[in-house]
Amino acid sequence: MNRQANSNQEYVKLRVEDITSFSSKKFYHLRLTSPGWNWKPGQFVMLRPNKWTFDPFGARPFSIADDDGKNLHIYFQVVGKGTQKLAELRKNESVMVWGPLGNHFESDPNVPTLLLAGGMGIVPFVGLVENYPNPKNLELIFGHRHDIGNYPYNLMARKILTWNVQDVSEKDLTWLERALRIKMQGYSEDGMIMACGPRPFLQLIQQFALQFNVRAQVSLETRMLCGIGACLGCVVQNQQQENIPVCSHGPVFNIQDVVL
Amino acid sequence: MQNLEVDLDKLKIKNPILTASGTFGYGLEYTSFGALNKLGGIITKGLSLEPRQGSSGHRVFETPCGIINSIGLQNIGVKSFVQDKLPNLPWDQTPVITNIYGNSISEFEELADYLAGQKEIAALEVNISCPNVSAGGMLFGQDPDLAGQVCQRVKSRAGDKPVIMKLTPNTGDILGIARAVQDAGADIISLINTITAMEVDIESRTPVLGNVTGGLSGPCIKPIALRMVHEVCQNVQIPVIGIGGISSARDILEFILVGAHAVELGSINFSRPDISFQLVNELSRLTRELNIGSWEEFRGMLETQG
Repeated sequence: MNRQANSNQEYVKLRVEDITSFSSKKFYHLRLTSPGWNWKPGQFVMLRPNKWTFDPFGARPFSIADDDGKNLHIYFQVVGKGTQKLAELRKNESVMVWGPLGNHFESDPNVPTLLLAGGMGIVPFVGLVENYPNPKNLELIFGHRHDIGNYPYNLMARKILTWNVQDVSEKDLTWLERALRIKMQGYSEDGMIMACGPRPFLQLIQQFALQFNVRAQVSLETRMLCGIGACLGCVVQNQQQENIPVCSHGPVFNIQDVVL
Repeated sequence: MQNLEVDLDKLKIKNPILTASGTFGYGLEYTSFGALNKLGGIITKGLSLEPRQGSSGHRVFETPCGIINSIGLQNIGVKSFVQDKLPNLPWDQTPVITNIYGNSISEFEELADYLAGQKEIAALEVNISCPNVSAGGMLFGQDPDLAGQVCQRVKSRAGDKPVIMKLTPNTGDILGIARAVQDAGADIISLINTITAMEVDIESRTPVLGNVTGGLSGPCIKPIALRMVHEVCQNVQIPVIGIGGISSARDILEFILVGAHAVELGSINFSRPDISFQLVNELSRLTRELNIGSWEEFRGMLETQG
Protein backbone atom coordinates (compact mmCIF):
# COMPACT_ATOMS: atom_id res chain seq x y z
CA MET A 1 0.00 0.00 0.00
CA ASN A 2 2.71 2.44 -0.95
CA ARG A 3 0.84 4.46 -3.47
CA GLN A 4 1.82 8.10 -3.30
CA ALA A 5 -1.30 10.01 -4.22
CA ASN A 6 0.30 13.41 -4.72
CA SER A 7 -0.85 14.12 -8.25
CA ASN A 8 -3.98 15.98 -7.18
CA GLN A 9 -2.57 17.90 -4.21
CA GLU A 10 -3.54 21.53 -3.94
CA TYR A 11 -2.64 24.50 -1.76
CA VAL A 12 -5.74 26.56 -1.11
CA LYS A 13 -7.14 29.29 1.06
CA LEU A 14 -10.37 28.20 2.75
CA ARG A 15 -12.80 30.17 4.84
CA VAL A 16 -14.06 29.17 8.27
CA GLU A 17 -17.81 28.63 8.01
CA ASP A 18 -18.23 27.69 11.59
CA ILE A 19 -16.36 26.40 14.63
CA THR A 20 -18.22 24.73 17.48
CA SER A 21 -17.06 23.10 20.68
CA PHE A 22 -18.43 19.83 22.00
CA SER A 23 -19.52 19.31 25.58
CA SER A 24 -16.08 20.16 26.90
CA LYS A 25 -14.07 23.10 25.62
CA LYS A 26 -11.27 20.79 24.51
CA PHE A 27 -13.00 19.32 21.48
CA TYR A 28 -13.94 21.21 18.32
CA HIS A 29 -15.69 20.75 15.01
CA LEU A 30 -14.31 23.04 12.34
CA ARG A 31 -16.27 23.55 9.14
CA LEU A 32 -14.40 25.07 6.20
CA THR A 33 -15.60 25.97 2.73
CA SER A 34 -15.17 22.87 0.58
CA PRO A 35 -12.12 22.82 -1.70
CA GLY A 36 -14.04 20.40 -3.93
CA TRP A 37 -11.37 17.74 -3.81
CA ASN A 38 -11.56 14.19 -4.91
CA TRP A 39 -10.51 12.52 -1.64
CA LYS A 40 -10.82 9.20 0.14
CA PRO A 41 -11.25 8.32 3.84
CA GLY A 42 -7.87 8.03 5.57
CA GLN A 43 -6.39 11.02 3.73
CA PHE A 44 -5.51 14.18 5.62
CA VAL A 45 -4.71 17.87 5.25
CA MET A 46 -2.13 20.27 6.63
CA LEU A 47 -3.81 23.36 8.00
CA ARG A 48 -2.45 26.75 9.08
CA PRO A 49 -4.52 29.85 9.85
CA ASN A 50 -3.54 32.95 7.86
CA LYS A 51 -3.39 35.09 10.97
CA TRP A 52 -0.65 32.97 12.55
CA THR A 53 2.69 34.72 12.47
CA PHE A 54 5.65 32.53 13.44
CA ASP A 55 4.46 31.16 16.75
CA PRO A 56 3.12 28.53 16.28
CA PHE A 57 5.53 28.10 13.40
CA GLY A 58 4.19 25.14 11.47
CA ALA A 59 0.95 23.82 10.06
CA ARG A 60 -0.96 20.99 11.78
CA PRO A 61 -2.11 17.70 10.25
CA PHE A 62 -5.77 16.66 10.48
CA SER A 63 -7.72 13.75 9.07
CA ILE A 64 -10.37 14.68 6.58
CA ALA A 65 -13.50 13.74 8.52
CA ASP A 66 -15.76 14.42 5.58
CA ASP A 67 -16.37 16.73 2.67
CA ASP A 68 -20.01 16.87 1.66
CA GLY A 69 -19.33 19.18 -1.28
CA LYS A 70 -20.31 22.18 0.78
CA ASN A 71 -17.96 21.89 3.73
CA LEU A 72 -14.69 20.25 4.62
CA HIS A 73 -15.14 18.88 8.13
CA ILE A 74 -12.27 18.76 10.62
CA TYR A 75 -12.45 17.59 14.23
CA PHE A 76 -9.72 18.31 16.73
CA GLN A 77 -8.87 18.08 20.38
CA VAL A 78 -6.84 20.78 22.12
CA VAL A 79 -3.57 19.10 23.06
CA GLY A 80 -1.00 21.89 22.81
CA LYS A 81 -0.22 25.41 21.73
CA GLY A 82 -1.18 24.91 18.09
CA THR A 83 -4.58 23.36 18.68
CA GLN A 84 -5.27 25.91 21.44
CA LYS A 85 -4.71 28.67 18.89
CA LEU A 86 -6.83 26.85 16.33
CA ALA A 87 -9.69 26.87 18.80
CA GLU A 88 -9.56 30.68 18.63
CA LEU A 89 -10.50 30.66 14.93
CA ARG A 90 -13.69 32.54 14.15
CA LYS A 91 -16.25 32.49 11.35
CA ASN A 92 -15.01 33.99 8.06
CA GLU A 93 -11.33 33.88 9.00
CA SER A 94 -9.15 32.13 6.48
CA VAL A 95 -6.83 29.18 6.72
CA MET A 96 -4.28 27.83 4.28
CA VAL A 97 -4.79 24.15 3.62
CA TRP A 98 -2.85 21.65 1.55
CA GLY A 99 -4.16 18.26 0.57
CA PRO A 100 -5.58 15.77 0.07
CA LEU A 101 -2.44 14.14 1.47
CA GLY A 102 -1.28 10.60 1.93
CA ASN A 103 -2.92 7.32 1.00
CA HIS A 104 -6.29 6.01 2.18
CA PHE A 105 -8.06 2.98 3.62
CA GLU A 106 -8.67 0.23 1.09
CA SER A 107 -12.29 -0.66 1.65
CA ASP A 108 -14.44 -3.37 0.11
CA PRO A 109 -18.18 -3.04 0.75
CA ASN A 110 -18.58 -6.79 0.26
CA VAL A 111 -16.20 -7.64 3.08
CA PRO A 112 -17.42 -7.41 6.69
CA THR A 113 -15.29 -4.65 8.16
CA LEU A 114 -14.57 -3.86 11.80
CA LEU A 115 -13.58 -0.29 12.58
CA LEU A 116 -11.49 0.19 15.71
CA ALA A 117 -11.09 3.73 16.92
CA GLY A 118 -9.36 5.14 19.97
CA GLY A 119 -10.10 8.74 20.97
CA MET A 120 -9.68 11.19 18.09
CA GLY A 121 -8.77 8.15 15.96
CA ILE A 122 -12.50 8.05 15.25
CA VAL A 123 -12.25 11.02 12.87
CA PRO A 124 -11.13 9.34 9.61
CA PHE A 125 -14.07 6.92 9.97
CA VAL A 126 -16.68 9.66 9.98
CA GLY A 127 -16.56 10.11 6.21
CA LEU A 128 -16.04 6.42 5.59
CA VAL A 129 -19.28 5.57 7.40
CA GLU A 130 -21.16 8.53 5.93
CA ASN A 131 -20.34 7.59 2.35
CA TYR A 132 -20.23 3.79 2.66
CA PRO A 133 -22.32 1.92 0.10
CA ASN A 134 -23.04 -1.03 2.42
CA PRO A 135 -23.32 0.13 6.06
CA LYS A 136 -24.62 -3.28 7.15
CA ASN A 137 -21.13 -4.62 6.62
CA LEU A 138 -19.56 -2.09 9.02
CA GLU A 139 -19.19 -2.28 12.78
CA LEU A 140 -17.34 0.09 15.12
CA ILE A 141 -15.72 -0.35 18.49
CA PHE A 142 -14.81 2.97 20.00
CA GLY A 143 -12.56 3.34 23.03
CA HIS A 144 -12.41 6.80 24.52
CA ARG A 145 -11.20 8.54 27.65
CA HIS A 146 -13.35 11.67 27.63
CA ASP A 147 -17.12 11.91 27.67
CA ILE A 148 -18.73 10.39 24.55
CA GLY A 149 -20.39 13.71 23.76
CA ASN A 150 -16.99 15.12 22.76
CA TYR A 151 -16.62 12.89 19.72
CA PRO A 152 -18.51 12.65 16.42
CA TYR A 153 -19.80 9.25 17.58
CA ASN A 154 -23.53 9.75 17.32
CA LEU A 155 -23.27 10.49 13.60
CA MET A 156 -21.93 7.01 13.15
CA ALA A 157 -24.17 5.26 15.66
CA ARG A 158 -27.13 6.28 13.53
CA LYS A 159 -25.76 4.45 10.49
CA ILE A 160 -23.88 1.38 11.66
CA LEU A 161 -23.60 -1.01 14.59
CA THR A 162 -21.40 0.64 17.21
CA TRP A 163 -19.99 -0.16 20.63
CA ASN A 164 -18.27 2.28 22.89
CA VAL A 165 -16.05 1.73 25.89
CA GLN A 166 -15.01 4.63 28.06
CA ASP A 167 -11.67 3.72 29.58
CA VAL A 168 -11.33 5.65 32.76
CA SER A 169 -10.05 2.93 35.07
CA GLU A 170 -7.76 -0.06 34.76
CA LYS A 171 -10.85 -2.27 34.75
CA ASP A 172 -12.24 -0.48 31.71
CA LEU A 173 -9.01 -1.10 29.85
CA THR A 174 -9.20 -4.79 30.59
CA TRP A 175 -12.76 -4.73 29.29
CA LEU A 176 -11.65 -2.96 26.09
CA GLU A 177 -8.87 -5.46 25.61
CA ARG A 178 -11.30 -8.34 26.01
CA ALA A 179 -13.77 -6.75 23.59
CA LEU A 180 -11.03 -6.29 20.98
CA ARG A 181 -9.84 -9.86 21.39
CA ILE A 182 -13.30 -11.38 20.96
CA LYS A 183 -14.43 -9.07 18.18
CA MET A 184 -11.25 -9.30 16.15
CA GLN A 185 -11.33 -13.07 16.28
CA GLY A 186 -14.78 -12.91 14.72
CA TYR A 187 -13.35 -11.15 11.67
CA SER A 188 -10.45 -13.52 11.07
CA GLU A 189 -12.27 -15.78 8.61
CA ASP A 190 -13.53 -13.46 5.93
CA GLY A 191 -13.44 -9.95 7.33
CA MET A 192 -11.01 -7.10 7.74
CA ILE A 193 -10.11 -4.41 10.22
CA MET A 194 -9.36 -0.72 9.98
CA ALA A 195 -7.88 0.99 13.02
CA CYS A 196 -6.82 4.43 14.15
CA GLY A 197 -5.87 5.73 17.58
CA PRO A 198 -3.06 6.15 20.09
CA ARG A 199 -0.01 3.91 19.83
CA PRO A 200 -0.73 1.60 22.82
CA PHE A 201 -4.20 0.94 21.38
CA LEU A 202 -2.73 0.14 17.96
CA GLN A 203 -0.03 -2.06 19.49
CA LEU A 204 -2.73 -4.18 21.09
CA ILE A 205 -4.60 -4.41 17.79
CA GLN A 206 -1.40 -5.38 15.99
CA GLN A 207 -0.78 -8.13 18.53
CA PHE A 208 -4.29 -9.59 18.08
CA ALA A 209 -4.24 -9.15 14.30
CA LEU A 210 -1.09 -11.22 14.03
CA GLN A 211 -2.33 -13.75 16.60
CA PHE A 212 -5.68 -14.33 14.87
CA ASN A 213 -4.35 -13.78 11.37
CA VAL A 214 -6.87 -11.12 10.51
CA ARG A 215 -6.37 -8.63 7.72
CA ALA A 216 -5.90 -5.15 9.21
CA GLN A 217 -5.03 -1.65 8.09
CA VAL A 218 -3.87 0.96 10.52
CA SER A 219 -3.77 4.73 10.22
CA LEU A 220 -0.98 6.35 12.22
CA GLU A 221 -1.12 9.65 14.07
CA THR A 222 2.25 11.44 14.22
CA ARG A 223 3.60 14.95 14.56
CA MET A 224 4.23 16.34 11.08
CA LEU A 225 5.95 19.38 9.63
CA CYS A 226 5.48 19.31 5.87
CA GLY A 227 2.92 16.57 5.20
CA ILE A 228 4.43 15.83 1.79
CA GLY A 229 7.43 13.60 2.47
CA ALA A 230 10.02 16.38 2.29
CA CYS A 231 11.22 16.80 5.88
CA LEU A 232 11.26 13.13 6.96
CA GLY A 233 10.26 14.19 10.46
CA CYS A 234 7.36 11.73 10.82
CA VAL A 235 8.89 8.37 10.02
CA VAL A 236 7.82 4.94 11.22
CA GLN A 237 9.96 1.83 10.93
CA ASN A 238 8.87 -0.95 8.58
CA GLN A 239 9.72 -4.63 8.98
CA GLN A 240 12.89 -4.17 6.91
CA GLN A 241 14.10 -1.62 9.49
CA GLU A 242 13.69 1.23 7.03
CA ASN A 243 12.36 4.59 8.19
CA ILE A 244 9.28 5.39 6.14
CA PRO A 245 7.59 8.83 6.14
CA VAL A 246 4.07 8.42 7.52
CA CYS A 247 2.76 11.43 5.61
CA SER A 248 3.68 10.36 2.09
CA HIS A 249 3.80 6.55 2.40
CA GLY A 250 0.92 6.38 4.88
CA PRO A 251 -0.84 7.35 7.00
CA VAL A 252 -2.51 3.99 6.31
CA PHE A 253 -0.36 0.87 6.48
CA ASN A 254 -1.00 -2.86 6.48
CA ILE A 255 -0.64 -3.64 10.16
CA GLN A 256 2.02 -6.32 9.68
CA ASP A 257 4.27 -3.93 7.73
CA VAL A 258 5.08 -1.43 10.49
CA VAL A 259 6.83 -1.52 13.85
CA LEU A 260 4.52 0.21 16.32
CA MET B 1 14.04 44.93 -10.74
CA GLN B 2 13.01 43.14 -13.92
CA ASN B 3 16.14 41.08 -14.08
CA LEU B 4 16.93 39.31 -10.83
CA GLU B 5 19.83 37.31 -12.28
CA VAL B 6 22.81 36.71 -10.04
CA ASP B 7 26.33 35.90 -11.10
CA LEU B 8 28.06 33.80 -8.45
CA ASP B 9 31.21 33.75 -10.53
CA LYS B 10 31.16 30.05 -11.45
CA LEU B 11 27.40 29.73 -11.16
CA LYS B 12 24.74 31.87 -12.82
CA ILE B 13 21.22 31.82 -11.43
CA LYS B 14 18.06 33.56 -12.65
CA ASN B 15 17.23 34.93 -9.21
CA PRO B 16 18.85 34.77 -5.77
CA ILE B 17 16.32 32.30 -4.30
CA LEU B 18 17.54 28.76 -3.71
CA THR B 19 15.98 26.09 -1.52
CA ALA B 20 17.98 24.95 1.50
CA SER B 21 19.07 21.35 1.72
CA GLY B 22 16.79 19.20 3.85
CA THR B 23 13.82 21.53 3.59
CA PHE B 24 12.79 20.85 0.00
CA GLY B 25 13.11 17.06 -0.27
CA TYR B 26 14.42 16.12 -3.69
CA GLY B 27 12.44 18.98 -5.24
CA LEU B 28 9.71 16.79 -6.71
CA GLU B 29 7.70 16.89 -3.47
CA TYR B 30 6.94 20.56 -4.19
CA THR B 31 5.65 20.37 -7.76
CA SER B 32 2.05 20.86 -6.58
CA PHE B 33 2.97 24.24 -5.09
CA GLY B 34 4.76 26.02 -7.94
CA ALA B 35 6.91 25.66 -11.04
CA LEU B 36 10.37 24.44 -10.02
CA ASN B 37 11.99 26.23 -12.96
CA LYS B 38 10.95 29.55 -11.45
CA LEU B 39 13.48 29.13 -8.64
CA GLY B 40 17.06 30.36 -8.72
CA GLY B 41 18.08 26.81 -7.97
CA ILE B 42 17.12 23.62 -6.18
CA ILE B 43 19.43 22.23 -3.51
CA THR B 44 18.70 18.61 -2.68
CA LYS B 45 18.48 16.87 0.61
CA GLY B 46 21.96 15.85 1.81
CA LEU B 47 23.10 12.84 -0.20
CA SER B 48 25.53 10.16 0.96
CA LEU B 49 27.18 7.37 -1.01
CA GLU B 50 24.86 4.75 0.43
CA PRO B 51 21.26 5.23 1.60
CA ARG B 52 21.00 6.30 5.26
CA GLN B 53 18.15 5.58 7.66
CA GLY B 54 18.77 8.62 9.86
CA SER B 55 18.00 9.07 13.56
CA SER B 56 15.57 7.02 15.59
CA GLY B 57 12.90 8.35 17.94
CA HIS B 58 11.28 11.74 17.64
CA ARG B 59 12.92 13.86 14.98
CA VAL B 60 11.24 17.24 14.97
CA PHE B 61 9.97 19.59 17.65
CA GLU B 62 8.43 23.01 17.24
CA THR B 63 9.84 25.89 19.29
CA PRO B 64 8.77 29.54 19.38
CA CYS B 65 9.34 30.82 15.82
CA GLY B 66 11.29 27.79 14.77
CA ILE B 67 11.92 24.06 14.89
CA ILE B 68 14.55 21.73 16.23
CA ASN B 69 15.24 18.72 14.08
CA SER B 70 17.35 15.66 14.21
CA ILE B 71 16.64 13.79 11.00
CA GLY B 72 20.18 12.44 10.89
CA LEU B 73 20.62 12.81 7.13
CA GLN B 74 18.18 10.11 6.11
CA ASN B 75 18.44 9.92 2.32
CA ILE B 76 18.06 7.53 -0.59
CA GLY B 77 21.74 7.63 -1.54
CA VAL B 78 23.40 9.53 -4.35
CA LYS B 79 22.96 6.86 -7.04
CA SER B 80 19.26 6.46 -6.42
CA PHE B 81 18.89 10.24 -6.56
CA VAL B 82 20.68 10.43 -9.90
CA GLN B 83 18.72 7.51 -11.37
CA ASP B 84 15.24 8.05 -9.97
CA LYS B 85 14.81 11.73 -9.11
CA LEU B 86 17.18 13.77 -11.25
CA PRO B 87 15.63 12.90 -14.64
CA ASN B 88 12.30 14.29 -13.40
CA LEU B 89 13.74 17.62 -12.25
CA PRO B 90 13.91 20.59 -14.67
CA TRP B 91 17.74 20.60 -14.55
CA ASP B 92 17.94 22.11 -18.03
CA GLN B 93 15.92 25.13 -16.87
CA THR B 94 17.24 25.79 -13.38
CA PRO B 95 20.39 24.63 -11.59
CA VAL B 96 20.06 21.46 -9.54
CA ILE B 97 22.68 21.49 -6.80
CA THR B 98 23.42 18.33 -4.85
CA ASN B 99 24.21 18.69 -1.18
CA ILE B 100 26.69 15.95 -0.28
CA TYR B 101 27.68 14.36 2.99
CA GLY B 102 30.51 11.93 3.70
CA ASN B 103 31.63 10.11 6.85
CA SER B 104 35.22 10.61 5.80
CA ILE B 105 37.24 12.70 3.40
CA SER B 106 37.51 9.79 1.01
CA GLU B 107 33.71 9.45 0.94
CA PHE B 108 33.46 13.12 0.04
CA GLU B 109 35.97 12.50 -2.76
CA GLU B 110 34.00 9.55 -4.06
CA LEU B 111 30.78 11.58 -4.07
CA ALA B 112 32.45 14.44 -5.95
CA ASP B 113 33.96 12.01 -8.40
CA TYR B 114 30.62 10.42 -9.17
CA LEU B 115 28.71 13.69 -9.45
CA ALA B 116 31.37 15.35 -11.61
CA GLY B 117 30.25 12.98 -14.34
CA GLN B 118 26.57 13.94 -14.16
CA LYS B 119 25.84 16.68 -16.65
CA GLU B 120 22.47 17.46 -15.01
CA ILE B 121 24.14 18.63 -11.79
CA ALA B 122 25.06 22.33 -11.73
CA ALA B 123 27.13 22.45 -8.54
CA LEU B 124 27.98 20.64 -5.33
CA GLU B 125 27.19 21.95 -1.88
CA VAL B 126 29.45 20.27 0.65
CA ASN B 127 27.86 19.63 4.03
CA ILE B 128 30.55 19.96 6.66
CA SER B 129 28.02 21.21 9.15
CA CYS B 130 25.38 18.64 10.04
CA PRO B 131 24.94 18.55 13.81
CA ASN B 132 22.94 15.32 13.82
CA VAL B 133 25.34 12.62 12.73
CA SER B 134 27.93 10.86 14.85
CA ALA B 135 30.76 10.51 12.32
CA GLY B 136 32.24 13.49 10.53
CA GLY B 137 29.44 15.97 9.95
CA MET B 138 29.92 19.12 11.91
CA LEU B 139 33.42 18.10 13.02
CA PHE B 140 34.76 18.81 9.55
CA GLY B 141 33.27 22.26 9.77
CA GLN B 142 34.67 23.13 13.19
CA ASP B 143 38.34 22.72 12.41
CA PRO B 144 39.83 25.05 9.78
CA ASP B 145 42.44 22.48 8.72
CA LEU B 146 39.87 19.70 8.25
CA ALA B 147 37.42 22.03 6.50
CA GLY B 148 40.18 23.11 4.12
CA GLN B 149 41.18 19.51 3.48
CA VAL B 150 37.64 18.40 2.65
CA CYS B 151 37.26 21.38 0.34
CA GLN B 152 40.54 20.85 -1.45
CA ARG B 153 39.90 17.13 -1.98
CA VAL B 154 36.32 17.64 -3.19
CA LYS B 155 37.51 20.39 -5.50
CA SER B 156 40.18 18.13 -6.97
CA ARG B 157 37.53 15.56 -7.95
CA ALA B 158 34.63 17.82 -8.88
CA GLY B 159 35.80 18.60 -12.41
CA ASP B 160 34.23 21.82 -13.60
CA LYS B 161 31.42 21.75 -11.02
CA PRO B 162 31.47 24.76 -8.71
CA VAL B 163 31.96 23.76 -5.09
CA ILE B 164 29.90 25.45 -2.38
CA MET B 165 31.12 24.89 1.19
CA LYS B 166 28.23 24.99 3.71
CA LEU B 167 29.43 26.18 7.09
CA THR B 168 28.19 25.51 10.59
CA PRO B 169 27.50 28.31 13.07
CA ASN B 170 28.56 25.95 15.87
CA THR B 171 32.12 27.20 16.00
CA GLY B 172 33.91 30.00 17.75
CA ASP B 173 35.95 30.73 14.66
CA ILE B 174 33.64 31.17 11.69
CA LEU B 175 36.15 33.43 9.96
CA GLY B 176 38.96 30.92 10.36
CA ILE B 177 36.80 28.26 8.70
CA ALA B 178 35.63 30.62 5.94
CA ARG B 179 39.16 31.69 5.12
CA ALA B 180 40.38 28.09 5.19
CA VAL B 181 37.85 26.91 2.61
CA GLN B 182 38.45 29.97 0.46
CA ASP B 183 42.19 29.25 0.49
CA ALA B 184 41.46 25.60 -0.34
CA GLY B 185 39.71 26.65 -3.54
CA ALA B 186 36.04 26.86 -2.60
CA ASP B 187 34.04 28.67 -5.28
CA ILE B 188 31.22 29.75 -2.99
CA ILE B 189 30.46 29.70 0.75
CA SER B 190 26.97 29.12 2.15
CA LEU B 191 26.01 29.68 5.78
CA ILE B 192 24.54 29.03 8.31
CA ASN B 193 23.43 25.47 8.92
CA THR B 194 21.30 24.86 12.05
CA ILE B 195 22.35 25.84 15.55
CA THR B 196 22.79 22.99 18.02
CA ALA B 197 19.92 23.08 20.51
CA MET B 198 17.67 20.97 22.70
CA GLU B 199 14.33 20.88 24.53
CA VAL B 200 13.26 18.66 27.40
CA ASP B 201 9.96 17.47 28.85
CA ILE B 202 9.75 18.04 32.58
CA GLU B 203 6.86 15.59 33.01
CA SER B 204 8.49 12.57 31.42
CA ARG B 205 11.96 13.92 32.31
CA THR B 206 13.23 13.07 28.84
CA PRO B 207 14.61 15.03 25.90
CA VAL B 208 11.96 15.73 23.26
CA LEU B 209 14.19 14.43 20.47
CA GLY B 210 15.38 10.84 20.15
CA ASN B 211 18.88 12.11 19.46
CA VAL B 212 18.79 14.35 22.62
CA THR B 213 20.07 17.39 20.71
CA GLY B 214 19.15 18.69 17.28
CA GLY B 215 19.55 21.71 15.05
CA LEU B 216 17.50 24.86 15.55
CA SER B 217 16.20 26.64 12.45
CA GLY B 218 13.48 29.08 11.46
CA PRO B 219 12.90 32.82 11.92
CA CYS B 220 14.27 32.71 15.50
CA ILE B 221 17.82 32.20 14.17
CA LYS B 222 17.71 34.88 11.48
CA PRO B 223 19.54 37.62 13.43
CA ILE B 224 22.34 35.20 14.29
CA ALA B 225 22.59 34.09 10.67
CA LEU B 226 22.63 37.69 9.47
CA ARG B 227 25.46 38.57 11.86
CA MET B 228 27.56 35.62 10.71
CA VAL B 229 26.91 36.22 7.00
CA HIS B 230 27.88 39.87 7.47
CA GLU B 231 31.07 38.89 9.23
CA VAL B 232 32.06 36.35 6.58
CA CYS B 233 31.21 38.68 3.68
CA GLN B 234 33.53 41.30 5.18
CA ASN B 235 36.39 38.87 5.14
CA VAL B 236 36.25 36.69 2.05
CA GLN B 237 36.42 37.47 -1.67
CA ILE B 238 34.31 34.59 -2.99
CA PRO B 239 30.50 34.84 -3.25
CA VAL B 240 28.45 33.99 -0.17
CA ILE B 241 24.97 32.47 0.03
CA GLY B 242 23.03 33.47 3.16
CA ILE B 243 20.87 30.95 5.00
CA GLY B 244 18.96 31.12 8.27
CA GLY B 245 15.33 31.86 9.07
CA ILE B 246 14.53 33.71 5.87
CA SER B 247 10.79 34.01 5.31
CA SER B 248 10.14 37.18 3.28
CA ALA B 249 11.46 39.32 0.43
CA ARG B 250 12.54 41.82 3.06
CA ASP B 251 14.67 39.16 4.78
CA ILE B 252 16.31 38.32 1.46
CA LEU B 253 17.28 41.95 0.92
CA GLU B 254 18.71 42.14 4.44
CA PHE B 255 21.10 39.29 3.63
CA ILE B 256 22.05 40.86 0.31
CA LEU B 257 22.59 44.22 2.01
CA VAL B 258 25.17 42.67 4.34
CA GLY B 259 26.95 41.17 1.36
CA ALA B 260 25.33 37.88 0.30
CA HIS B 261 24.93 37.15 -3.40
CA ALA B 262 22.01 34.80 -2.93
CA VAL B 263 20.00 33.07 -0.22
CA GLU B 264 18.54 29.69 0.63
CA LEU B 265 15.03 29.36 2.01
CA GLY B 266 14.76 26.68 4.66
CA SER B 267 12.23 25.84 7.37
CA ILE B 268 9.63 28.24 6.03
CA ASN B 269 9.09 25.80 3.15
CA PHE B 270 7.39 23.52 5.69
CA SER B 271 4.94 26.16 6.94
CA ARG B 272 4.20 27.66 3.54
CA PRO B 273 5.04 25.20 0.79
CA ASP B 274 4.52 27.78 -1.95
CA ILE B 275 6.79 30.41 -0.43
CA SER B 276 9.96 29.90 -2.48
CA PHE B 277 7.94 30.45 -5.63
CA GLN B 278 5.99 33.40 -4.24
CA LEU B 279 9.07 35.24 -3.04
CA VAL B 280 10.46 35.40 -6.57
CA ASN B 281 7.54 37.69 -7.45
CA GLU B 282 7.68 39.56 -4.18
CA LEU B 283 11.40 40.19 -4.50
CA SER B 284 10.88 41.69 -7.92
CA ARG B 285 8.17 43.95 -6.50
CA LEU B 286 10.12 45.01 -3.43
CA THR B 287 13.29 45.89 -5.33
CA ARG B 288 11.19 48.09 -7.61
CA GLU B 289 9.56 49.73 -4.60
CA LEU B 290 12.95 50.48 -3.07
CA ASN B 291 14.37 51.68 -6.39
CA ILE B 292 17.07 49.05 -6.47
CA GLY B 293 18.21 48.97 -10.09
CA SER B 294 20.83 46.24 -9.92
CA TRP B 295 22.32 43.86 -7.37
CA GLU B 296 25.68 45.59 -7.71
CA GLU B 297 24.34 48.88 -6.39
CA PHE B 298 22.76 47.27 -3.32
CA ARG B 299 24.85 44.23 -2.36
CA GLY B 300 27.08 44.80 0.66
CA MET B 301 26.12 48.47 0.83
CA LEU B 302 25.35 48.42 4.55
CA GLU B 303 26.36 51.73 6.03
CA THR B 304 28.05 51.30 9.38
CA GLN B 305 29.63 54.10 11.34
CA GLY B 306 33.36 54.03 11.83
